[in-house]
Amino acid sequence: MTKSTLHHIPRTLQCRQLLVLAATLAAIQVQALAQGPPGAPGRGGPAQPAVPPLVRPPRPVDLTGYWVSVVTTADWRLRMVPPPKGDFAAVRMTPAAIKLASAWDPAMDEAAGEQCKAYGAAGIMHIPGRLHITQKDEKTLQVDLDAGTQTRLFHLGDWKAPAGEATLQGESLAQWDTSGTGGLKVVTNRMKPGYLRRNGVPYSGNAVLTEYFDLVRQPAGDQWLILTTVLEDPANLVQPYTDSIQFRKQANGAGWDPTPCSAKW
Amino acid sequence: MKISLPFVLITASLAGLCQPAAAQIDLSGTWVGTGQEGELLLGDFTGIPYNAAGRARGYSYSQSQLSEPERVCLFYTQTQLFNGPFGLKISKQTAPGSDKVISWTLGGWEDRAPMIIWVDGRPQPSKNAPHERTGYTTGHWEGDTLVSYTTHMKAGYLRRNGSPHSDQATMTMHFLRHADLLILAAEFDDPVYLTEPLYWSRSFRATRNAVEMLDGPCIQGDEGVPEGAVPHYLPGKNPFVDEMNRVFHIPVIASQGGAETMYPEFRKKIKDTFVPVERCLTCGGRGGPPAPPAAPPAPGAPAPPR
Repeated sequence: MTKSTLHHIPRTLQCRQLLVLAATLAAIQVQALAQGPPGAPGRGGPAQPAVPPLVRPPRPVDLTGYWVSVVTTADWRLRMVPPPKGDFAAVRMTPAAIKLASAWDPAMDEAAGEQCKAYGAAGIMHIPGRLHITQKDEKTLQVDLDAGTQTRLFHLGDWKAPAGEATLQGESLAQWDTSGTGGLKVVTNRMKPGYLRRNGVPYSGNAVLTEYFDLVRQPAGDQWLILTTVLEDPANLVQPYTDSIQFRKQANGAGWDPTPCSAKW
Repeated sequence: MKISLPFVLITASLAGLCQPAAAQIDLSGTWVGTGQEGELLLGDFTGIPYNAAGRARGYSYSQSQLSEPERVCLFYTQTQLFNGPFGLKISKQTAPGSDKVISWTLGGWEDRAPMIIWVDGRPQPSKNAPHERTGYTTGHWEGDTLVSYTTHMKAGYLRRNGSPHSDQATMTMHFLRHADLLILAAEFDDPVYLTEPLYWSRSFRATRNAVEMLDGPCIQGDEGVPEGAVPHYLPGKNPFVDEMNRVFHIPVIASQGGAETMYPEFRKKIKDTFVPVERCLTCGGRGGPPAPPAAPPAPGAPAPPR
């Protein structure tokens, strides 16, 4: 019996029936417990193995596949083309961050081999492109991005980050949101300092990125990935930067086009 | 005391099935919008999958229309949930003498009427029913996600710069909640002006601060446009068609919109000709370099977007 088969039963009647059934089961269980568990000493039965703990993995949504950015809002000019130097719209920055961003020089970044600073975990998802999400193993989701030819790894379960230096994509611990939308929550830290926006809006090595990956199916039949990002970085942001963007699922890898990082485009 | 696994599974399943039919989570409260601010220019239709009719209608628009006596107090349609400047005040209404939620209300703003989402199973109105600025919205729960469907809107604007939608448009929204975050994701269909559906998402954060979104009733006044006149531009005469190019160097093939402007491939199309603006002159972000003093408007120039 599923929720869908119950859909047409009047809700009050349905609840009453279910509660009666639950109460009956409870009574049976209490009676059984009063007689002692199976295999208990003195009951005569053979020893039974202990009941395994009730651990059910949450039912995850399926994020795997190819996804394409769809840029439809008034921040188009901030994402589809390199935004002008000094355009900090929607980002509440500290004076120190403003000073850093005002001195941004893409040529200098390229000369220093730092052309990937906008392609770190906190910035790359906003660069229009495609995601290819695969299940690398039972406890790891791999997200390949064609913009900048980058890879992010989302570790599920009780994974511990290995010791080592910070990296562009940081260390990401993921968990399924079983109590809410059923999506995936990912927390990333130990990122190398990078750019939240391609015009040099900075984030530090102490920044913490929290992302929510939610799936919705719209009436046209398309499946959408709604990505909500929250970047906390008190050194550079006077309040967390939060926004939502969307990706549409593709049937295949059409359009997949790995490109190198660029500080100027 | 040890409880058997089948017992736990069965009773938990039954308890799970016996949930309220309506609200799965509480959306009520005050929410402030986050992100997605930015300079909005006239003629900026980037990322909107317009057909030729939508584009033509958009370019006929003059911002001075908002100064017509009958439009001074005009409400925007519900599209402004995604493109307007305000947050949300959400409340729920219950049936008399019952805890059953029959509707959710997204409170109005100065220039956007409230949205009532009926979740009591009532049908959409007849196709012949009147269209209103509010539209008519029904909803249902899919797990912990509220899904709403809005029809019967009057013709309005997708953005506050005259980018049009027709009265045949419909909007489906998903309300996704994560702790103190609320995300609205929408599909907007308009068979008159769009070649394919338009998708938006926007995030809001819960706040305990009092957020005022209404500033008293709008009082109609004379803003200089004589009664009976409809400010507009004839085809090919809109001086703001290349405004995005002048300010941000974004070419007209991008600012005029169209489905291809939504996708990453479009970047390749303009990459070789795009010259970045050296420095932002109209920054909207706090702490950005100060903008130069604005030049006084030319006589007869339209008002800036509001």
